Amino acid sequence: MAAFPDRETLSVAALNGRVFGERVALAALGTWTAATAAELEPIIEEAARRYEHARYVDIDLARLERLDTFGAWLIERLERAFTARGSTARIIGLSDADRGLIEEVRLVNRTPQRGRAGANRILVALDDVGRAMAEMGWSLVLLAQLLGALTAAALGTIAHPSRLRLTSTIHHLERVGWRALPIILLSTFMIGAILAQQGIFRFREFGADVYVVDMVAVLVLREVGVLIVCVMVAGRSGSAYTAELGSMKMREEIDALRTMGLDPIEVLVLPRIIALVIALPLLTFLGSMAALYGAGLVCWLYGGMAPEIFLQRLREAIWLPTFEVGLIKAPFMALVIGLVACVEGFEVEGSAASLGLKTTASVVKSIFLVIALDGLFAVFFASIGM
Amino acid sequence: MSGGQAVISVRDLVVGFGDAAVLDRVSLDVFRGEILGFVGGSGAGKSVLMRAIIGLLPKRNGTIEVFGSDLASLGERERRSIERRWGVLFQQGALFSSLTALQNVAFPIREYLKLSPRLIEEIAATKLEMVGLGADVRGKFPAELSGGMIKRVALARALALDPDIVFLDEPTSGLDPIGAAEFDELIRTLQRTLGLSVFMVTHDLDSLHAVCDRIAVLSEGRVIAAGPIEAMLASEHPWLKSYFQGKRGRRVH
Repeated sequence: MAAFPDRETLSVAALNGRVFGERVALAALGTWTAATAAELEPIIEEAARRYEHARYVDIDLARLERLDTFGAWLIERLERAFTARGSTARIIGLSDADRGLIEEVRLVNRTPQRGRAGANRILVALDDVGRAMAEMGWSLVLLAQLLGALTAAALGTIAHPSRLRLTSTIHHLERVGWRALPIILLSTFMIGAILAQQGIFRFREFGADVYVVDMVAVLVLREVGVLIVCVMVAGRSGSAYTAELGSMKMREEIDALRTMGLDPIEVLVLPRIIALVIALPLLTFLGSMAALYGAGLVCWLYGGMAPEIFLQRLREAIWLPTFEVGLIKAPFMALVIGLVACVEGFEVEGSAASLGLKTTASVVKSIFLVIALDGLFAVFFASIGM
Repeated sequence: MSGGQAVISVRDLVVGFGDAAVLDRVSLDVFRGEILGFVGGSGAGKSVLMRAIIGLLPKRNGTIEVFGSDLASLGERERRSIERRWGVLFQQGALFSSLTALQNVAFPIREYLKLSPRLIEEIAATKLEMVGLGADVRGKFPAELSGGMIKRVALARALALDPDIVFLDEPTSGLDPIGAAEFDELIRTLQRTLGLSVFMVTHDLDSLHAVCDRIAVLSEGRVIAAGPIEAMLASEHPWLKSYFQGKRGRRVH
């Protein structure tokens, strides 16, 4: 090991100073390297302060044992500190081995670091708010833009059905529909069970146990079923779409498609959104059934309500429009999730952080928009009496 | 070089994936203060050897000694202190995309040394200027840099802790001939100034001529030759002959 001394073991460094009238002689001793830089920085600052009135400063490097960029920079910084105060500083005793390094650092850092301007806090906050608003507006514009492009692509595909990428569509349908089924069934089953359990617990106080069926059925079929499925799909498939398109954009795959004369909207976006629009109503239907099943099971096992009574009550509580309300909403929500996911995917820039940011934004925005859309639908259905 | 000490010494190294052995009992020395060019056909396992030395790939057999100590026998702490003494330039740069150029270079310094933020920033800026990048590049993110600049920032990061050994994986690939020549020159200058030992995987015949003190050739899982460029040119080995004296080889004489 002796041939390769470890830097830790030899970390002794010092700066000696002696004053001869107007002249100060500084001598650097020992190891001036990365390992000793932390101790050396206060030493050189102290030396620069103590000898600030010296007219001539000699920095003697003859007794240095080791020097690397860290040490060389510190010596350079010391010299610059003297020069800045009008002293004449020079470096002497430089060995041939270290000469290159010292000359190299002499040239660097001449342009000062840009200081961060001390900005007014209120202005910064206002600036942030403004930017956030502008960004929101911009993302709505992008959504509208993609919706337009998608409509054009869809119309083109209807005119020439052979242009539809059937394989790709089926592939995505399998991924966002079939493979999502187990987790969606499980979650909606549990939601149905929880709603029923909570309902029974409260309604029992009024002796109105059976009305729990009305509550669960209407809630699940009109609102909760489709919302839960949308949240799951946004988290599961929307994020995947954003990440896929984003990394394709990062690796210039989308540009490659364009240069081959293919429309990325038609090749990448359309199959994905068609798959979502087909899958989401199916998942909503199956999810709602699972929720009702869970509710029935809890009513039977926990509430002591026979399955026949549950079914009987179910028939009285709901009619076809209750069921339609949930299913009509599903394709629109699928469109929103798909559009947001693809817009965010195309917005990804070069860095890994931006990919993460956009994926998060995709999920958050699509869930928010789904809820907002649900509110609009509630108003709409109320006014047409459904 | 003057046949000095070997900073890296690989003996009978075997590395493989699945059934195939990519490296079959490879032995190689890198001496202190030299630039070793490591060549071989595409897929011959040049990068595999580099990755095995720096510990990114497990070896099946053989020994790898760096600074005279066997890497396999070291504990976590000793290994870390050796890792601090080498820097790696990956083929694609491998810059952290969420950090600016300056932050990329400052990153290893901040992790390993307890220095004041001011000094860290100054040292990182110094390294960037040493590789020829000025103040305007400091605040830029990797996505905003050109291929040549990315290589330079990555080199600055590899040099951040003033390592004794630098591993360069195809440093000039993807650069135009002028940029590649400048990069070679830069490596030569830095190697002299900082007293580095350099292990350079390359395909670039110009680099081999311009900067390498010694060349090692990997073929069929073995090092088939090692020596200065003159020895390579004089060799009668068929692979060496076609590599160094082929159409592209002759051009650079």
